[in-house]
Amino acid sequence: MDHPVNQTDIQQAMLDQQKSDQRRKHILNLVLLALLLIAPAVIYPVFLMKILCFALFAVAFNLLLGFTGLLSFGHAAFLATGSYTTGYLLSNYSGLTTEMGIIVGTAAATVLGVLFALVAIRRQGIYFAMITLALAQLVYFMFVQAPFTGGEDGMHGVPRGHLFGFIDLENNLAMYYFVLAVFLGGYLLVQRVVGSPFGQVLKAIKQNEPRAVSLGYNVNQYKVLAFVMSAGLAGLAGSVKTVVFQLASLNDAHWHMSGEVILMTLLGGTGTLLGPVVGATFVVNLEYQLSQGPLGDWVDPILGAIFVLTVIAFRSGIVGEIQKFVRKNMG
Amino acid sequence: MSDQFVLETRGLVKEFKGFVAVDDVNLKVQRGHIHALIGPNGAGKTTVFNLLTKFLPPTRGTILFNGKDITSLKSAAIARRGVVRSFQISAVFPHMTALENIRVALQSFEGNSFQFWKSGHSLNKLNERCMELLDSVGLTEFANTTTVELAYGRKRALELATTLAMEPELLLLDEPTQGMGGEDVERVVELVRKAAEGRTVLMVEHNLGVVSKLCDRITVLAQGSVLTEGEYKEVSEDPRVREVYMGSANTTQEAVE
Repeated sequence: MDHPVNQTDIQQAMLDQQKSDQRRKHILNLVLLALLLIAPAVIYPVFLMKILCFALFAVAFNLLLGFTGLLSFGHAAFLATGSYTTGYLLSNYSGLTTEMGIIVGTAAATVLGVLFALVAIRRQGIYFAMITLALAQLVYFMFVQAPFTGGEDGMHGVPRGHLFGFIDLENNLAMYYFVLAVFLGGYLLVQRVVGSPFGQVLKAIKQNEPRAVSLGYNVNQYKVLAFVMSAGLAGLAGSVKTVVFQLASLNDAHWHMSGEVILMTLLGGTGTLLGPVVGATFVVNLEYQLSQGPLGDWVDPILGAIFVLTVIAFRSGIVGEIQKFVRKNMG
Repeated sequence: MSDQFVLETRGLVKEFKGFVAVDDVNLKVQRGHIHALIGPNGAGKTTVFNLLTKFLPPTRGTILFNGKDITSLKSAAIARRGVVRSFQISAVFPHMTALENIRVALQSFEGNSFQFWKSGHSLNKLNERCMELLDSVGLTEFANTTTVELAYGRKRALELATTLAMEPELLLLDEPTQGMGGEDVERVVELVRKAAEGRTVLMVEHNLGVVSKLCDRITVLAQGSVLTEGEYKEVSEDPRVREVYMGSANTTQEAVE
């Protein structure tokens, strides 16, 4: 490749690059959409919905880890807050339409995100991870004790209800396409955020925080906004999951869940848009396959081993490694 | 008074537990000067920089910028006022292109940095200015190169261009020639000279050759306090300065030649 030295040529080269990136992004989005639209014809919709909920959760988490450089070890708290809030509302207020329950659940997780962020954002690295973990444990114990969650038993029989008051979500296909719409909304939002002027600042903060400060950025404000968005989207994933499975349980609040979303994101590829989706698909599938076979009791050790392997050998994750391969072999 | 001096510190002190890193430093930086801060390792030069830009809070003392007290401002606010620093280790955004590095700095004044709903293409209007800045440090052809792939000297040049994008009134350079070979040093000296046109520069520098070529005024720090201040000739002939440099006498001699 020869270097153009003319300034206009160089700028043009950059704009061309942007255009081709844009085109590639659109094509990928369309492929993803097409696959997900026809998927229920081949695969059981409830299983697909489980994948989509966890994929949204991981995409939300990745906004923070992959694009801002913050490792939260307490994202289960947001998933569970969305989950319980929506579950409680839909179980107890029969007049409420499903989307209202989901919106309020998401809002509750967002508010919790603000509280977490205000406490934790000044800390860095491992301290940030530990504080988010500690706060999430507080939330966990609150859910264990609170009367409305059903404690160890969880919240069962949450009605799916009617979307906008007239689409019956008891129908699995209707439910699936609703979940798909929510997932795509979240995915495209993150895609937009990452590419926005705001996303550019997040990138700068991730790559060299002191430098970003010295360029006049109040980095904590940017981190708080990213954290709150991530928490809100995680809450949305939890809310939708409750409607799908008609169930909210302590599993969602447990620190295992915070660990699992880290695994999904790392495995799929941090800092890539598609990575968490691939990671979530992989982990949910693996758990399902293992639970069907004789290795049912070995799910955790096997996931652990995969985690170790990823960290040692494939730091960039599945999608990250593919991207590297493509870049190396195709210019 | 405030016209003549861009920056002034009064009784600046930084204590770490049981250790005084900066001890009662009164610094006056005259407008338009290239002012050097020199001294042996551990003299507190970088700490002074960190205090001036509030990367560390001072224990006592005041910092005046254009006669206004900026001691209580936060780092980002100080940068916006026009006191912009570079770092000892090259401070770039490694996984952005050279052009994007500069654009982040320009974006700081655009007021669109919280707009998460807007397309990144809205930043393209800054490209023209980015190219001018890259051109001024001789990096035009590397505009679309990812920074991590640039040679060390070019990274430092990029860092300087990024800092200049902030249009700083006072430029704080922390060892701009650190870790560089002869040819690169020459280039940086030229760049700093060019950058200093129309603004004030305060720089920490070990290479006394560079200091003698560039700087109008020199403050020598030793063990956290000001040992002496003056022009290069006065300072370099001061026996006390020679003494504190004894530990690193070789480098001093070399550099003087």
